Amino acid sequence: MYHVVKKRLLATGIALLDVNAPAVAAKVEPGQFVIVRVDEQSERIPLTVMDFDREKGTITIVVQDVGYSSAIITGMNEGDAFQDFVGPLGVESEIENYGTVVCIGGGLGIAPIHPIARALKDAGNHVISVLGARSADLLILEDEMAAASSEVVIATNDGSKGVKGFVTDGLAEVLAQGHQVKAIWAIGPMIMMKAVVDYTRSLGIKTIVSMNPIMVDGTGMCGACRISVGNETKFACVDGPEFDGHLVDFDLAMKRLAFYKDEENRAKARLECNHEGGHH
Amino acid sequence: MAENIESTKKVKIPRHEMPCQEPEVRARNFEEVALGYTEETAIEEAKRCLQCKKPKCVTGCPVEVLIPEFIKKVAEGDFQEAGNVLKIKNSLPAVCGRVCPQENQCESKCILGIKGESVAIGRLERFAADFGMKTGKSVFEKPALSGKRVAIIGAGPAGLACAGDLAKAGHAVTVLEALHVAGGVLMYGIPQFRLPKEIVQTEIENLKTMGVEILTNQVVGKITSVDELMENGYDAVFIGTGAGLPYFMDIPGENLNGVYSANEFLTRTNLMKGYKFPDYATPVKVGKNVAVLGAGNVAMDSARTALRLGAENVYIIYRRSRDEMPARKEELEHAEEEGIQFRLLTNPVAIEGDERGWVKSLTCLRYELGEPDASGRRAPIAIKGSEFDIPMDTVVVAIGQGPNPLVTTSTPGLELNKRGNIVADPETLMTSKPGVFAGGDIVTGAATVILAMGAGKKAAAGIDQYLKGK
Ligand SMILES: Cc1cc2nc3c(=O)[nH]c(=O)nc-3n(C[C@H](O)[C@H](O)[C@H](O)COP(=O)(O)OP(=O)(O)OC[C@H]3O[C@@H](n4cnc5c(N)ncnc54)[C@H](O)[C@@H]3O)c2cc1C
Ligand SMILES: Cc1cc2nc3c(=O)[nH]c(=O)nc-3n(C[C@H](O)[C@H](O)[C@H](O)COP(=O)(O)OP(=O)(O)OC[C@H]3O[C@@H](n4cnc5c(N)ncnc54)[C@H](O)[C@@H]3O)c2cc1C
Ligand code: SF4
Ligand code: SF4
Ligand code: FES
Ligand SMILES: [Mg+2]
Repeated sequence: MYHVVKKRLLATGIALLDVNAPAVAAKVEPGQFVIVRVDEQSERIPLTVMDFDREKGTITIVVQDVGYSSAIITGMNEGDAFQDFVGPLGVESEIENYGTVVCIGGGLGIAPIHPIARALKDAGNHVISVLGARSADLLILEDEMAAASSEVVIATNDGSKGVKGFVTDGLAEVLAQGHQVKAIWAIGPMIMMKAVVDYTRSLGIKTIVSMNPIMVDGTGMCGACRISVGNETKFACVDGPEFDGHLVDFDLAMKRLAFYKDEENRAKARLECNHEGGHH
Repeated sequence: MAENIESTKKVKIPRHEMPCQEPEVRARNFEEVALGYTEETAIEEAKRCLQCKKPKCVTGCPVEVLIPEFIKKVAEGDFQEAGNVLKIKNSLPAVCGRVCPQENQCESKCILGIKGESVAIGRLERFAADFGMKTGKSVFEKPALSGKRVAIIGAGPAGLACAGDLAKAGHAVTVLEALHVAGGVLMYGIPQFRLPKEIVQTEIENLKTMGVEILTNQVVGKITSVDELMENGYDAVFIGTGAGLPYFMDIPGENLNGVYSANEFLTRTNLMKGYKFPDYATPVKVGKNVAVLGAGNVAMDSARTALRLGAENVYIIYRRSRDEMPARKEELEHAEEEGIQFRLLTNPVAIEGDERGWVKSLTCLRYELGEPDASGRRAPIAIKGSEFDIPMDTVVVAIGQGPNPLVTTSTPGLELNKRGNIVADPETLMTSKPGVFAGGDIVTGAATVILAMGAGKKAAAGIDQYLKGK
């Protein structure tokens, strides 16, 4: 069993959990993910590692309640445990000293960008982080990102904090300042990553995205996570999750996310039903 | 020549049928199709065996089960002892009795088969193993400990068989499995209606009582590596990671929603119990019309699973003809009885989708059989201009699997063949790395449960030899 040793609510429906998983913590690197299963009836849910503590043996995950399984996970408390917690999975980020780099985190994407920004900074880069959220109250991990970056730019859609607009507007501001940006990491909803790569393509700046297609095993066995990169089919769980964003077919990837929409809605309805009935 | 008269009589006794759920009923549930012999039928069937002095059947079994010996015990009504005899050579008899392609193995060599019908060895094996499982008595005496430690990567039939034999030889064994349960394809691939998962888990519990340690959620190549295991005090390593990499056909439309690899389709259904959604939270969906591409065991399992999930029309689409289908005969017959439709001499060339990215139809080409090719089978030749569309909502690609590269690419110095399979010494199953052994599908490519088990046992012997020499 893998116990939750600490829980913190970051915003409505977004929880940070420190999970006791020493063997995973000993090996994990920025950019990698884990797959968790709460109990026997649960789905296998992939989650990117937000932080890790090799000494304490913990992995930090940040989960947003978007449906049946994530609601159960965000509802977990200190002392609760995952039945299964497997990782580290996926290929780690390519960390080296590029010079000046931009790390873009949109919404929940700020969590996975966190260890990458920190590692890039530790490697000697000047790290400018662009953080986006719909509004100021949904902006997460601001302090952690400030510590992990050289500079932080914030963009909110409603203008309640920082630049009014999208992360691309934040990025435009960084570029307008004349930084020689050598590489960009962009993690967030697919629609955001697509907007970023569409923007940077013409600028010719290498842009890495982290793909989050539907996964099952996470070991390259099932092929559920296949995406198209440079017209080649790749398995995001073992070939990625990071890819050159300029080669990714985002339209296909976004369509594939809707594979189980009907079933997901059924499961969610059931969860709401259970809540109202007051039993499980 | 009393013996001859006896055998002539026996040849005339027909082989006893396996009682099964009725096709119309079973096509809509996930309960086991074959119900198993009763005690009376088992004894009657066992009595057909001639108890050959030089039993040919044994030469057809990759692990050389003591066939006449265990059948004799069944005939005498000593089912418990029959089970014990089976276990001498086969650590998973309840599994093999169900899924071995007996018609190509033990039963194909049975002397009775020459003039009539062979003894139903597999059915008797299942019967005796199930009996032993019910009574729960297993005969295991803790051996003297060798003080040596062996790590086994992958808890499929190869790894489990290797673990069992090494434990019997007194070595401390740890099995590292990537998934959340042990069993390999027996758990995630072969469906419940053909191999109940409870049976696999009972066999695994037996291994645990023998002292085998099984650690799940361990993806070797990520959380640890072969070299690290050797550095961290393991005296030998066995790699039994199987053939888990799904192949696709490389035709347009394969990434549309509604297209599955057989591995995904079966894993969602079996391992994650998607057929019990939403009680189990993992969804799996089929539409009205399902095409399964391929005609091996994996294809039959996918097709029959689709039917049970509620599909109305399930098609097996295969380029060659019926005689070339690689699936087990029994599975083919069962599939046919249940209403699976076969579209033979037909090859898919594209999957068409709608604007939302969902499968709409399958475009196929018709084929005819030409001259025999290098494999001796008549080569399928496409008929020009014979394209046609079949409306479809779901497509399951079941054309084969390759070796998963997670372990092989993270192990420097491991010799692989062109296809990415590990090269191992045929006698000892030691790889190009001293102390590292490999067997099962990761060496042979996708094969059978019993061959993987046989390889696991062979490697256990090789490892035992190696450790004695250390
Ligand atoms: C590599 C990777 C890293 C991820 N990291 C995080 C993270 O750090 N924090 C976080 O909150 N979320 C993360 N996700 C997404 C998270 O896995 C999904 O939100 C979650 O699985 C939804 O499950 P659900 O049952 O709550 O929602 P559902 O209602 O079942 O699904 C909602 C949506 O989530 C997506 N989804 C559903 N099932 C899966 C699945 N098995 N795998 C991936 N996506 C799925 C689909 O787009 C679906 O429409 C990551 C996904 C991947 C692939
Ligand atoms: C759907 C289907 C139906 C079949 N039907 C039959 C049948 O009727 N009769 C028959 O004889 N054969 C059948 N087969 C074939 C048979 O199941 C296989 O040949 C056999 O299981 C191979 O055994 P194995 O131990 O080599 O590998 P597997 O059973 O594949 O087990 C390998 C194990 O290793 C694990 N693993 C992989 N990578 C790692 C890693 N990096 N770290 C840790 N663990 C890892 C996997 O998760 C898996 O549990 C079928 C196969 C399939 C897919
Ligand atoms: S293990 Fe398989 S091949 Fe061997 S006797 Fe049993 S059924 Fe036949
Ligand atoms: S060959 Fe057939 S008849 Fe002879 S011992 Fe084997 S099963 Fe019995
Ligand atoms: S999740 Fe199964 S292959 Fe990637
Ligand atoms: Mg879900």
